Amino acid sequence: MAAAQVISAIIVIGALIWIAVNVLEAAKLRGLSLGFDFINDPAGFPISESVIPYDDSYTFGTAFLVGLLNTLKVSIVGILLATILGTIVGLARLSTNWLVNKIALAYIELHRNVPLLVLLFIWYFAIFNKLPPAKGSLELPGPIYLNQRGLYLSWPRLTETGGVFAISLLVGLIVAIIVWIYLRRLRERSGRSTYFAGVSFAVMLVSAVLGLALSAWQPLWIDIPVFEGFNFTGGLRLTPEFGALLVGLVMYTAAFIAEVVRAGIQAVNLGQMEAAKAVGLKPMQTLGLVIIPQAMRVIIPPLISQTLNLTKNSSLALAIGYADLFNVGRIMINQAGRAVPVFSMVMVTYLVLSLITSLILNIYNRKIQISERSS
Amino acid sequence: MTDAGNTQPAPADIRPPSQLKPIVWVQRNLFNNWFNSVLTVLALGSIYFIGRAVLEWAFFTADWRPVTHNPILYLVGQYPRDQLWRVGASLLLVSFLTGMSWGKWKGIMRSFALLLGIGLAILGIIPAGGQLGSLAVRIFFLINLPAIYLGYLLGSRKFVTGGLVLAGWLLSFSLIPFLLRGTGEGTMLPTVETSMWGGLLVTLILAVGGILLSFPLGVLLALGRRSSLPVIKLFSIGFIEGIRGVPLVTILFMSSIILALFLPPELRIDRLVRALIGMTIFSAAYTAENVRGGLQAVPAGQIEAAKAVGLNNFQTTLFIVLPQALRAVIPAIVGQFISLFKDTTLVIIVAINELLNIGKSILQSDVEFLQLQFEVFIFVAAVFWVLSYLMSFASRRLETALGVGER
Repeated sequence: MAAAQVISAIIVIGALIWIAVNVLEAAKLRGLSLGFDFINDPAGFPISESVIPYDDSYTFGTAFLVGLLNTLKVSIVGILLATILGTIVGLARLSTNWLVNKIALAYIELHRNVPLLVLLFIWYFAIFNKLPPAKGSLELPGPIYLNQRGLYLSWPRLTETGGVFAISLLVGLIVAIIVWIYLRRLRERSGRSTYFAGVSFAVMLVSAVLGLALSAWQPLWIDIPVFEGFNFTGGLRLTPEFGALLVGLVMYTAAFIAEVVRAGIQAVNLGQMEAAKAVGLKPMQTLGLVIIPQAMRVIIPPLISQTLNLTKNSSLALAIGYADLFNVGRIMINQAGRAVPVFSMVMVTYLVLSLITSLILNIYNRKIQISERSS
Repeated sequence: MTDAGNTQPAPADIRPPSQLKPIVWVQRNLFNNWFNSVLTVLALGSIYFIGRAVLEWAFFTADWRPVTHNPILYLVGQYPRDQLWRVGASLLLVSFLTGMSWGKWKGIMRSFALLLGIGLAILGIIPAGGQLGSLAVRIFFLINLPAIYLGYLLGSRKFVTGGLVLAGWLLSFSLIPFLLRGTGEGTMLPTVETSMWGGLLVTLILAVGGILLSFPLGVLLALGRRSSLPVIKLFSIGFIEGIRGVPLVTILFMSSIILALFLPPELRIDRLVRALIGMTIFSAAYTAENVRGGLQAVPAGQIEAAKAVGLNNFQTTLFIVLPQALRAVIPAIVGQFISLFKDTTLVIIVAINELLNIGKSILQSDVEFLQLQFEVFIFVAAVFWVLSYLMSFASRRLETALGVGER
């Protein structure tokens, strides 16, 4: 046994060292640099969209960060929307209405059996790129304008005094959450009604009114897009690349989340609902205290892995030209000529994202197990 | 779960709905309360409008020329037309073996064989333009039907064992690449570079090749993850989690571009093979996790019993643990195959002409096609949809046949 240990160790470590030596040798032979010193050099290439200030005089490090933030942007918005849409479709799948049920089934089957990349191509090349030019924009209530150059939304922005409003709203939210937790615990311990929901709501309301008053009742102004010359100015602009990637990812992932939600709700034993009624819980209480907590236990783990899938799938942005982490990484490889360092940065970033997700998943699973034992 | 003391008659609502009168069925399933009635009316309305728009588009507005112009491109890409018989022969081999498997194992293989037969028969008789419509190509397709039946007759014979059929599959899978690639100029099979291959042919090669090559690798990794040797265990965990943590495009990019930077110039690996390596590595990590699920499902008593009758570690794993574990994970492997089949589209990123990429280049092949993205991509989506839907349908039947999930 000891011999097997030693031999296996020598083989595996030997193979890894052999690969590393080969990489280093090939790098030296071809003049490929493996250092990370280029990070502070100017990147010299533009990126079509960014959440932080960026132009081609910024460094490679900043460019990489822009890519990462773009990936996070599309992932976070995508996860929120996909969860909402997936829950609706999942509930429709449980509807007693035969027609609604079958429409939801058709939606799921239609999306799950087609490659995501094909869906993205349809959304980007066949829909978003075929929108009318800026002059003949589609106008939706809001006003929202939709054209080849993207989606222009009316968007609330903070005024000069708006910062005070935002801060007081944030403080109010934190206080309300603390009050909620404290009063709920108090009720669980004492058994008396503490009106935790009402009190927390009141705290939020007071802080909002206070914030409004402090900001002279004008915390926000609405930035409305206006057609000027050849294009729209103002408002919030979403590029067609972002739009197509977002819609494609959301619709695709929602089909998988719908199945997760359906399975989760079906996993709750019917007897649980009857028992809840028997002990006198009202319908809303049954739903909130009995059905949803148990369904969540089944739903959350696969839901988290779906969110991770969405994040990884956002790397398909490359095919439609959205400047995500992988896309920016590829441009950096061409610009800096450092394939190995840039590529390992990209891979490690994805790995860290997925490790954080599985860490959250593990913590959640452990929490569930404990509550199961104590009950 | 039959309860002998339960003498109550079965409740009426477990009867299939087909026994209800249509009007009662409509009342119960569509108009049982005001909320559902509203939903039904809304749903019917939207189905009418969307359905009408889709049908009008598909039959009147849409310009299907990029699809009907030369459909054989979607099947084989630029594969030299005078060498097409090699693709035909490979197909014939697969048809024959599918027929043999049907005769040998019946059940699910029957569905596969019938689906293959129906699909090829449709391809053989539909009106089509370009070379697909030529008599020779039609004969290529239709000749597969007797081949399936011949295989069935042979497979039903007693002397054809399961091992023989499996060996036939393995042999033909190693033979087909040589048949398609050729043996060199001047010989009977002139070389056809893989850059000329394309369409559904490449999609299927990547999917089938990826799953076949990744399976043994995945089983080894799963066993390695449970190994008592810490180095092997750590390596397996690192490999599996590392691959599963990054998107497939990054792995394809690495195997196609980064890897090439480090290989000596005289060792140029073919581009299609590099993509296949990437798909295999990716798929192996997921297969390993599936197999691990199966390994965990094997009761510890089985291993103890095997030890008790004197089998050593190696024999226990090979003859006792793996057969039980793999049987439990066949549906998961089929699911993995379907997602690998869909994932083959990603090789577009390393410029390989699979089905989707062929669609893209057809759009650019003619000025009149430039604006017809919707037609082409809807067609590609439909092809993927039909094939993956049939596969998932078959895998559901497979689950029932294997009795997985039942006790």
